[in-house]
Amino acid sequence: MSQIAQTFEVLRKQGRKALVPFITAGDPQPDITVPLMHALVEAGADIIELGVPFSDPMADGPVIQRASERALKNNVNLHQVLQMVKEFRTNNTHTPVVLMGYLNPVEIMGYATFAKAAGAAGVDGVLTVDIPPEESAELSQALRDAHIDQIFLLAPTSTTERINLIADVGSGFVYYVSLRGVTGATHLDVAAVKDQLQAIRTRTTLPVGVGFGINSPETAAAVASVADAVVVGSALVNRIGDLAEEREKIMTEVPGFLATLRGAMDQVGAAA
Amino acid sequence: MKASSTKSAAAGRQAYSLPDERGHFGEYGGIFVAETLMQPLVELREAYERYRNDPDFVREIDSDAATFVGRPSPLYLAKRWSERLGGARIYLKREDLNHTGAHKINNTVGQALLARRMGKTRIIAETGAGQHGVATATVAARFGLKCIVYMGSVDIERQAINVFRMKLLGAEVVPVESGSKTLKDALNEAMRDWVTNVEDTFYIIGSVAGPHPYPAMVRDFQSVIGRETREQIMVQEGRLPDALVACVGGGSNAMGLFYPFIDDADVELHGVEAAGEGLDSGHHAAPLCAGQPGVLHGSRSYLLETADGQIIEAHSVSAGLDYPGVGPEHSWLKDSGRAKYVGITDDEALAAFHDLTRTEGIMPALESAHALAYAATLAPKMGRNGIIVVNLSGRGDKDIHTVAKIEGITV
Repeated sequence: MSQIAQTFEVLRKQGRKALVPFITAGDPQPDITVPLMHALVEAGADIIELGVPFSDPMADGPVIQRASERALKNNVNLHQVLQMVKEFRTNNTHTPVVLMGYLNPVEIMGYATFAKAAGAAGVDGVLTVDIPPEESAELSQALRDAHIDQIFLLAPTSTTERINLIADVGSGFVYYVSLRGVTGATHLDVAAVKDQLQAIRTRTTLPVGVGFGINSPETAAAVASVADAVVVGSALVNRIGDLAEEREKIMTEVPGFLATLRGAMDQVGAAA
Repeated sequence: MKASSTKSAAAGRQAYSLPDERGHFGEYGGIFVAETLMQPLVELREAYERYRNDPDFVREIDSDAATFVGRPSPLYLAKRWSERLGGARIYLKREDLNHTGAHKINNTVGQALLARRMGKTRIIAETGAGQHGVATATVAARFGLKCIVYMGSVDIERQAINVFRMKLLGAEVVPVESGSKTLKDALNEAMRDWVTNVEDTFYIIGSVAGPHPYPAMVRDFQSVIGRETREQIMVQEGRLPDALVACVGGGSNAMGLFYPFIDDADVELHGVEAAGEGLDSGHHAAPLCAGQPGVLHGSRSYLLETADGQIIEAHSVSAGLDYPGVGPEHSWLKDSGRAKYVGITDDEALAAFHDLTRTEGIMPALESAHALAYAATLAPKMGRNGIIVVNLSGRGDKDIHTVAKIEGITV
């Protein structure tokens, strides 16, 4: 069983839902990323999604685009991101790390080389936004060989056929994009999400995470009541961007905000 | 001469059959987008497959090509220029004479008609120099569709006249402030809009780039250029040309000319990329000549990228060639050897711009001037019996400020 699967299993037994923060590696400075990952774990993160910066983040809204731009100003590349994961692993061997990003930096490194290096660094899952299962056979094989889960997105536009396809090739969990749009949008319809999750759950036993548009303890709690994992990205990255010049404040306020989500989610769990 | 219709093209069955059903040209092309866009792309592909063979739809396109675009465009023998170069006879396919002054309108008419059939009421587009934006705003006005054009803020500053033109046509021009604030970022932003508003919105991509079915669809809409050329050269010369030459940014005018000739092994295909300040300078827009394969904007193709896989900004005097990627079919044609790709520098293109203007009384777009510059090197090597067709993809009026500025002239 993969580290990600184990994490979900433990949470399930505790009646809790996974909290999955996303930050972009190297934003705003490369040396803050590892300490921030540890602080997020202390604040209640169960899995960490680490964004690999890319020059053309087509599926992201302005908040995460700017995070990529800040990281790229520091010339953060995929090798360095893997190095950060390795460093994180010296003090934390249990919290799964999922790399999230776009295909081109992986493509240029080579699928097999990347998968091997990611496995060695302690990466547990990879989510490549712009590679659908139809194009993914070779990358999927490389990741399987390296015992890394491959996480795919599902969207409100995904048909039954596509849900089945992704249920077949995905592992770790599936990431349901809660709305038609890019990251950082503000409207999230929990009732609609609930209906869609029911449709997804009849077709896969994988845990289902929900992201896009979760920006407050209230939405986190509402999503936690229907999903297995709550993914929060732009709300954190926005704070990092605002505090880019104030390192100490990032280290307190960003984990502080995450802790409020954790609190709200656990109340739902306790009530359920 | 009668317009070469879409019908007559359908009659000419080709052995060449790419892309495959998943949009691959060999290892290039495909669909590399986030999950949210997968189903909309399926719907687009199905609609396109249905209507491209629908006689009613084909008639509609042919009719607009004739009465709105002004097709067929002439195939003009540049006699004085050919004689001066002292070699092959050079014909110019006069796409500059189309409505809005370039080949771009062939594609936007096709996609707008498709959008209407699909019941979409809102059109979005990306634009770099503004030519595709203008062509899109034009058809949106013609069909009464709401139109939003994404344009990098750097380009908005460089291309103020086209921005105003789009606004006059009723389009909303949205400045894009992300990344390098140029064409590639405008494309990212248009994709983001499409993901968000996919229900009522049709995204008109301006080149043979993007995820499947765009590269094939845009090629098909542009291939009227090559079909007419075939008929016209048979009438005027009684045989097919020895070589076709076209500039390649994203590559739509080149694919439009090349496609109907792909099976004719004796017809050489030459794609001309913008070598900017030189292929070794690092300041160019020539991914086929000096880039490597990667994934950007929904498909796999040659790209300008760093060793880390980050996309590099392109550089060319011609804004319409200023793109770090290229259509996947060109990548395939390059690797398969069917087409040859070369680079022409800013200086060489400017020289050809002046040369053609003074010799033939035709002012070419700086994009097309790249193709002309290469044809000028090819013609003398071919002998007087040779025949070259150059795609004169657009008119140069839009570039006079650029040319004046480079030459230190205040207009």
